[in-house]
Amino acid sequence: MDIFLWGVLPYIMVVILVGGSIWRYKYDQFGWTTRSSQLYESKLLRIGSPIFHFGLLAVIAGHFFGLVIPKSWTEAVGMSESLYHFNALFVGSIAGVGTLGGIIILIVRRRKTGPVFMATTKNDKLMYVVLVAAIVFGLWTTLASVFFDEHGVTYRETVSPWFRSLFIFQPDIASMAAAPFSFHIHTLVGMALFMIWPFTRLVHAFTAPLHYLFRPYIVYRTRDKGASVANRHGWSDVGTHDRDTQHR
Amino acid sequence: MRVMAQMGMVMNLDKCIGCHTCSVTCKQAWTNRAGVEYVWFNNVETRPGQGYPRRYEDQEKWKGGWELNKRGRLKLKAGGRVKKLFGLFANPIQPELKDYYEPWTYDYKTLVDAPLGDDFPVARPKSLITGKDTKITWSANWDDDLGGTEEMGHLDPIVEKVRRESEDKIKFEFEQTFMFYLPRICEHCLNPSCMASCPSGAIYKRVEDGIVLVDQDQCRGWRQCMTGCPYKKIYFNHKTGKAEKCTFCYPRIEVGLPTVCSETCVGRLRYLGLFLYDADAVTAAASVTDPQHLYQAQMDVLLDPNDPAVIKAAREQGIQEDWIDAAQKSPVYALTKVYKLALPLHPEYRTMPMVWYIPPLSPVVDLLREQGHDAEDSDVLFGAIDALRIPVEYLAELFTAGDTELVTEVLRKLAAMRAYMRGISLGNDPDESIPASVGMDGETMYEMYRLMAIAKYEERYVIPKAHAEQAHDLEEMGCSLDFDGGPGMGAMGDSPFGEASGRPTPVAVETFNALRDRQTSDSVAGADTLRGRVNLLNWDGNGAPAGLFPQHHPTEPPREGDREDALEGGGGS
Repeated sequence: MDIFLWGVLPYIMVVILVGGSIWRYKYDQFGWTTRSSQLYESKLLRIGSPIFHFGLLAVIAGHFFGLVIPKSWTEAVGMSESLYHFNALFVGSIAGVGTLGGIIILIVRRRKTGPVFMATTKNDKLMYVVLVAAIVFGLWTTLASVFFDEHGVTYRETVSPWFRSLFIFQPDIASMAAAPFSFHIHTLVGMALFMIWPFTRLVHAFTAPLHYLFRPYIVYRTRDKGASVANRHGWSDVGTHDRDTQHR
Repeated sequence: MRVMAQMGMVMNLDKCIGCHTCSVTCKQAWTNRAGVEYVWFNNVETRPGQGYPRRYEDQEKWKGGWELNKRGRLKLKAGGRVKKLFGLFANPIQPELKDYYEPWTYDYKTLVDAPLGDDFPVARPKSLITGKDTKITWSANWDDDLGGTEEMGHLDPIVEKVRRESEDKIKFEFEQTFMFYLPRICEHCLNPSCMASCPSGAIYKRVEDGIVLVDQDQCRGWRQCMTGCPYKKIYFNHKTGKAEKCTFCYPRIEVGLPTVCSETCVGRLRYLGLFLYDADAVTAAASVTDPQHLYQAQMDVLLDPNDPAVIKAAREQGIQEDWIDAAQKSPVYALTKVYKLALPLHPEYRTMPMVWYIPPLSPVVDLLREQGHDAEDSDVLFGAIDALRIPVEYLAELFTAGDTELVTEVLRKLAAMRAYMRGISLGNDPDESIPASVGMDGETMYEMYRLMAIAKYEERYVIPKAHAEQAHDLEEMGCSLDFDGGPGMGAMGDSPFGEASGRPTPVAVETFNALRDRQTSDSVAGADTLRGRVNLLNWDGNGAPAGLFPQHHPTEPPREGDREDALEGGGGS
């Protein structure tokens, strides 16, 4: 079971995430959007959405810090265990609570505002369940390590080495299996989130428009490119090449 | 000098009767879909009035268009690139549905299905957003014909401004003095701020004809364009989550047809044609310090298509001869630069709009007539234009960033034309002093009158087709109606070798046949003419015609060789 969960599933997840995203990018450009509901309701969105998104960015940065950077590195630059611990808990909790608070505002808004609820698809609902579960279990791991777990932060010796080992295709299953139960749940829900990611509206994150900072303000395009009736992927012209040449 | 071509429009506001035919036909053509129920690519607003969406001209609130920064360079009014990115998660200044209106329909079914009873059945209004009962409180032209009345007039941002500046010297005389209609479409600006606001770079300007479009595949729904456009002519499709805008009916323009709004205009007030402009000069022109100089700067960007240097540069840029020719005959060039009658809408937004307006003289004329004056007499008209400060100031806020002299000049020209032509119509000798008083000669004024009053279809719409050498890219070009099986061929039989033989049928011919079939038979559409395929453009939604889904072939499909033999009838290849 451990082999499947921590040795096979992560790779299945990556295949689905990457493959699914490429597939969707190729075949569903038109569906690739934020599907913003700000047109219906703006007040609550303007409170909830920035809190959620900025909180989430901080959470992502925290995950990078905790998972990718080995314990030996932070120690090498003189960061003590307790300082790291404090940092992770303090900043992590703020970011996590912010994210959760933000998404609660957004979900309440979604449920209570008629037009927004009308525009909510089943796909959205499933996505919200998994997303909220990932956030809640994530916060739980943080809180659990403060209040219930006397060993302090253990994920840097269990989850993080396993996470890094995945990239060299030698998954360190044993160390992950040794991690507390709360981390197992959070990781599994996280993987579920990444597996549904390409098929939900979450894809908008992959096209975050950072190139806006560098592109020229005015965009010119010739009619031939894109604007005209170019053939879609997987479509071919009616008729065949030989027929065209023969009739000439 | 980098010469580029731009399709432009001029609207003669004197001729607009506010019938909304342009809006309705545009809506039928482009926005009769779910998600854009509230969207009018073309709308007609009564001025003075709030417009659609409400008070869109209040840029202190909506932050549309450009402004100059401290160093005198152009900057988006809503903020720079970094600020825009921080506003991605929730656009701080985005119009909501209530700023447009909540679209609705009526529960017509009740009228038919209601059981017999004492009460009349009522078709209740239903919101198209929530599907629930709704109370209609506003629409795209709710204040139609209410321009300047007590309840609405003060809500017009321009009225507010003019009143503030005239220090309430003249109280509220708008209801007595004037009202006119302002049809609006996307301005297809030379310096579009919607485009500059788009984080994804999905909005683009076509090199060939300057039409501004949204790439529906690249748009990610960040909504910054709605804020960026000062005319609020970019709309959010709340079903697809993408931005949509007026397309200048580019599929029609490409084949030389006028836009739907122009074609169906009852007053024939719209003119379509080409401008040649210097693309390298646009940014500098839009950065002129004094907003009142923006009109002249914009005029200077437009190039004279008869100037040999311009023609040479245009050829070097690959602009075709027929396009240069069209630019020379362009009615919009004549009205803007030769006669200097047409003015841009809100040049102070610094977007260099390319839909121009001839300001209306009729408010002045109407007033004079009501007061018992001779409204066709040039002296009376000239005097009235100068005396009637409010209409002129109001028009100046709309078209010249407040420069009343420019508007007066245009109105005097229109007045002079009226008086001059009346003289001629009455059989008097032309009074050459009238055109001279506005700096024109009689011949030019007569030409101007011809273009303004009696120009025919081909003179009002000078639209060069998309380049001939690109014809093979444009499916429908060169498609003759005498195509085998087309309308010109009488009976359309199956091709001798079955459906797939011969050249593919152009879509227009296929659609023609399918439409005829649908209108003349009572079976499911497209069953026969399409020979097993489905033309979705024509499918009426009834049933699932054969060919909607691929058939399951249990046997092996014919080999390539067999088919070639059949085609060639055994002949050599």
